[in-house]
Amino acid sequence: MGILETVKEIGDFTWEIPPWAQEGMLVPGIVFADRELLEKAARDNALQQVANVACLPGIVKASMAMPDIHWGYGFPIGGVAATDHELGVISPGGVGYDISCGVRLIKTSITRAEMGDRLREAIDLLDARVPKGLGTKGRLRLDRGEMERMMRKGARELVDRGIGWEEDLEAMEENGRYPGADPAKVSERAFSRGRDQVGTLGSGNHFLEIQAVEDVSPTAEGLGLFEGQVVVMAHSGSRGLGHQVCTDYVEVMGATLGRYGYRLPDRQLVCAPVRSREGSDYLAAMACAANFAMCNREAITHWIRECFEKVFRAGARELGMELLYDVSHNLAKVEEHTVDGRKRKLVVHRKGATRAFPGSRPEVGEKFTRSGQPVIIPGDMGTFSYVLVGTEEAMERSLGSTCHGAGRAMSRKAAKKRVRGGELKERLEREGILVRTDHLAGLAEEAPEAYKDVRDVVRICEGAGLSRVVARMRPLAVIKG
Amino acid sequence: MAEAFENCAVGMMSLMLDPGRVETRRRVELSARGMDAKSLLVAWLSEILYRVEAEGCAFASFEVGEIDEVAVAGWGEGEPLDAVKHAAALEIKAPTYHMLELGEREGVWTAQVIFDV
Repeated sequence: MGILETVKEIGDFTWEIPPWAQEGMLVPGIVFADRELLEKAARDNALQQVANVACLPGIVKASMAMPDIHWGYGFPIGGVAATDHELGVISPGGVGYDISCGVRLIKTSITRAEMGDRLREAIDLLDARVPKGLGTKGRLRLDRGEMERMMRKGARELVDRGIGWEEDLEAMEENGRYPGADPAKVSERAFSRGRDQVGTLGSGNHFLEIQAVEDVSPTAEGLGLFEGQVVVMAHSGSRGLGHQVCTDYVEVMGATLGRYGYRLPDRQLVCAPVRSREGSDYLAAMACAANFAMCNREAITHWIRECFEKVFRAGARELGMELLYDVSHNLAKVEEHTVDGRKRKLVVHRKGATRAFPGSRPEVGEKFTRSGQPVIIPGDMGTFSYVLVGTEEAMERSLGSTCHGAGRAMSRKAAKKRVRGGELKERLEREGILVRTDHLAGLAEEAPEAYKDVRDVVRICEGAGLSRVVARMRPLAVIKG
Repeated sequence: MAEAFENCAVGMMSLMLDPGRVETRRRVELSARGMDAKSLLVAWLSEILYRVEAEGCAFASFEVGEIDEVAVAGWGEGEPLDAVKHAAALEIKAPTYHMLELGEREGVWTAQVIFDV
């Protein structure tokens, strides 16, 4: 019997893979989806991956998947797995290679009408100012000590140097500083790979986008969002530093797996007890990469503000360029959750999933007590992106997690076969979306048809109670890494 | 096995840039260790990726000198990375263990590596 045949519907947009579906499962799998997305996930083997993750030692509640689930390396993308802090494991593969890959949204007080012809000027300036792609270096040159301070202090280090604003920090998870970071747990190789990459976009699905807010709910006003508003979205992660931290600890834990007697269905799921030396070393190195990623997005924000200042001949504060929020969608966090009526300290791995906490949680700052934590969801280039907020129900249903984007529906290879980069650029420009990229074939891989419809994904998250929609944005101009 | 390692390395390079545009002006020593042949392949590719990203090397070709199940040593030939000249396309985050295959059948070695990009 295939995994799909074992699945049963247990609630609105909620499906369960029973623990007997596969040998070794310690908890059920829970997939938030409609029937169509569920069947898609079954076809690309992602449901199998949900079942594999349910075999992780010390996993609690369920191996969960958000509606943007798709096939990943070992863990599915869109997966959430919480393990017991005392008795469970931590797995670098459950976080992914791009540690703390994430998205942020910068507001402006500029309207779409005021943007007018200056859109072209702004996107060209951003394209020139924000380094992207392979073999490009960032504009910040940092010595070893500065790198270490950034890993320990996170975005605070940049703000103290005049890069970014003090108030940005309260609009970032952990106030821009992931706790427990120890640069001594980061290899020399990781240092070298990340050294010149602060403030660089990278390649693949990373992007900068100028967008217009189109549709808002009553919560939007409290978050400073309004219809017709121009906003800027940035999507990037911890660059080579995070990639190398993951590579290093997959090796470390691969070598010690036998010592703990773990048998796993996929080598990419390697793990170690949270409280073992390897586990705590990884957490300390991962924290460094998370801080590095937040610094990377903070530096990019600084240049976005500079570009707008130049184009509009006004200060960024005058232009209302506040950070709405910064989320990481590849990260493990130590969080307290109520499971079966009991408070437990858990390590929540979110890989291609976003934390979505209600305003009542202490981690969500005072600024968002009324609205709930903002969640930024990038769509694909041709359609929409969204701002959501966390809900009380999500705490119970998905350990305070929601989706992270549209989620791939087509492999990069299939997309390249189907779509030509040059034609796609022309098509988007006919729809009024300016596109800048150095790599047209890469653009084709990110074509709108390569992704699931983000509207479905967001609708299901709302229907399942994982988050609420606050605003929808339409792209005006895109820079693809 | 040596040839499989050389070809996997060229394959990885061709995802990042056009190896045909890289002139062989410099020879760089490369080495890696693993627990078994598969982890050795991941380590070998990780070593090359590191040289590309941290040291700015662009490679056109590779040569494996010595290899067994747990250690490999060889060279890469190329020149300093130039994004424009080499038509740099994509960054690779890492070679992964997911669905990793390496083996010999009737004297022919085959390998499958999935990269996170």
